Amino acid sequence: MVALDNAVTDSTAEEMRWPSPFAVMRRRALHHRGLLIGGAWLLLMILVAVLAPLIAPHDPYEQDLTARLIEPVWGMGGSWAHPLGTDALGRDYLSRIIFGARVSLIVGFGASFISGLIGVSLGLIGGYFGGRTDGFVMYLVNVKLALPGILVALSLVAMFGGSITALVIILGFLFWERYAVVTRSATQQIRRAEFVLAAQACGASRLRIIVGEILPNVLNQVIVVATLEMAIAILVEAALSFLGLGTQPPTPSWGLMVSEGRNFIFYKPYLIELPGAAIFLLVMAINMLGDGVRDVTAPEGRN
Amino acid sequence: MGQFIFRRLIIAVFVSLTVSVIGFSLLRLSGDLAHQLAGDDARPAQVADVAHRYGLDRPLYVQYVDWAGNALTGNLGRSLFTNEPVSELIGERIGVTLKLAIFSILFAAIIGVTLGVTAAVRANSAIDRGALALAVFGQAIPNFWFGLILIVVFGVTLQWLPISGSDSLLNFVLPTVTLGFTVMPPFMRLTRSGMLDVLNADYIRTARAKGLLPHTVIFKHALRNAILPVVSLLAVTFGFLLGGSVIVESVFALNGIGLLAFQSIVRADFPVVQAIIVFVSFAYIGLTLLADIVNAWLDPRIRLA
Repeated sequence: MVALDNAVTDSTAEEMRWPSPFAVMRRRALHHRGLLIGGAWLLLMILVAVLAPLIAPHDPYEQDLTARLIEPVWGMGGSWAHPLGTDALGRDYLSRIIFGARVSLIVGFGASFISGLIGVSLGLIGGYFGGRTDGFVMYLVNVKLALPGILVALSLVAMFGGSITALVIILGFLFWERYAVVTRSATQQIRRAEFVLAAQACGASRLRIIVGEILPNVLNQVIVVATLEMAIAILVEAALSFLGLGTQPPTPSWGLMVSEGRNFIFYKPYLIELPGAAIFLLVMAINMLGDGVRDVTAPEGRN
Repeated sequence: MGQFIFRRLIIAVFVSLTVSVIGFSLLRLSGDLAHQLAGDDARPAQVADVAHRYGLDRPLYVQYVDWAGNALTGNLGRSLFTNEPVSELIGERIGVTLKLAIFSILFAAIIGVTLGVTAAVRANSAIDRGALALAVFGQAIPNFWFGLILIVVFGVTLQWLPISGSDSLLNFVLPTVTLGFTVMPPFMRLTRSGMLDVLNADYIRTARAKGLLPHTVIFKHALRNAILPVVSLLAVTFGFLLGGSVIVESVFALNGIGLLAFQSIVRADFPVVQAIIVFVSFAYIGLTLLADIVNAWLDPRIRLA
């Protein structure tokens, strides 16, 4: 009888076998245009940032006062010596944009990682323990929501300086509330699930249950939030640098480059258009990737 | 209902207290505010003098109680830079920020809700995809950059609109589009997903089966229910705009409280900065409280939960 059962399953296994969840997700991912395009652009930008010294045609800090404000190659008097032209100090614009990817990506990854640690921890604690603990977590979230994020960020950056480390830490401590809210509600939904009760019955410690059972099951939602927060951190860094309180000259940061190009807005608009477009494309790619991850991991929640 | 309001009110009071403490101590975190005010090459005696003059040598909680007590009577202190009362400085400029916030939220809500309804009614059509693409654009575009591009196109190339100042309503067109477009996507997404949920509900099928006009079904039956979450979004967005207009105010040289906050942060004018941060936070808390009460009134499920 057992042998017969095995024989039946074996013979039909080839056509009857259910694909594993991972295979389903991979197939969905490979058919999701937004995810592919967004992911490819982000990957390309990461490569550009990592390989910046190798691919940049010039030193991004090197000034050449005889070659100031040269238009890009498609503009008047542009040439392939400076494909995207030069800025007011004669620095090669393409090289500065290539190196600028480093600032945006470091701040984006760093800040969303720190805020993730804070927000996910608070969300897990609030969602799992409930009651007063949860009330306290929600109170912290409410306080955070009430504070005007950009003004607080500006004040902190004015005090602690606009180094990249300071920016990562400040933005990391400012944008954790969405992680906390999403993790909390996801945790509440699975807190009473059978596999959690089973772990409890086995005598697993609370820490082990939270980290080993609950965290892996809310991770998909956390990743979606992470992409969103990374995009926001990149936009805020650019805005702070644009206002002159973020990344300091001569470091090439896209927001700072837009600000430096502002004096030439009337007759050299490419100085503003190019770095702004770089921010826009990177942020859009990250958002598309995030939307794609959500569609692939939880298609039932899409609409 | 009374109990619901009471509970929400208690939370709001606690959050307000905490926010006022944070807003107050924010600029004091660096520890050497007196040093900053006295200048980089001040002698220790001068720093001590400055600290004493502004009461910065007292314990932090004494300073807070003093400031909060005065603030309750409407005295927010004086600007260190212009020596004007902070309340007057804010009063002079709040109008510009309020105008910008109201115009922007109207822009965002009208366009967002219209797009959301259209997209949901014609789900997966070209209109739907176009609306989604617009939302993706709005979320990703850096608003300082968008503002500058609008200046180049409409202010410089076409010369249709003024690019800075706040004298006439025309001055507000470009800033409103800039700010409104970046806060529009949530309105569109929320309306669209709300409408999609509702349009599949049984009572909508019943309404259709009765032979009501599609127009009546969509606007009278569906939108009424789908629009509930938009009430909260209005409050949250308005609160965000009050504190988040700093960048757009700076791009278009609009003299509102955002620009005032920015200038005051740069020159360490702490009485102004702490007043604006606390003011904006309180506005946010009040608005979301109001939205919760309106929602509970509109939807009994919330107040009984």
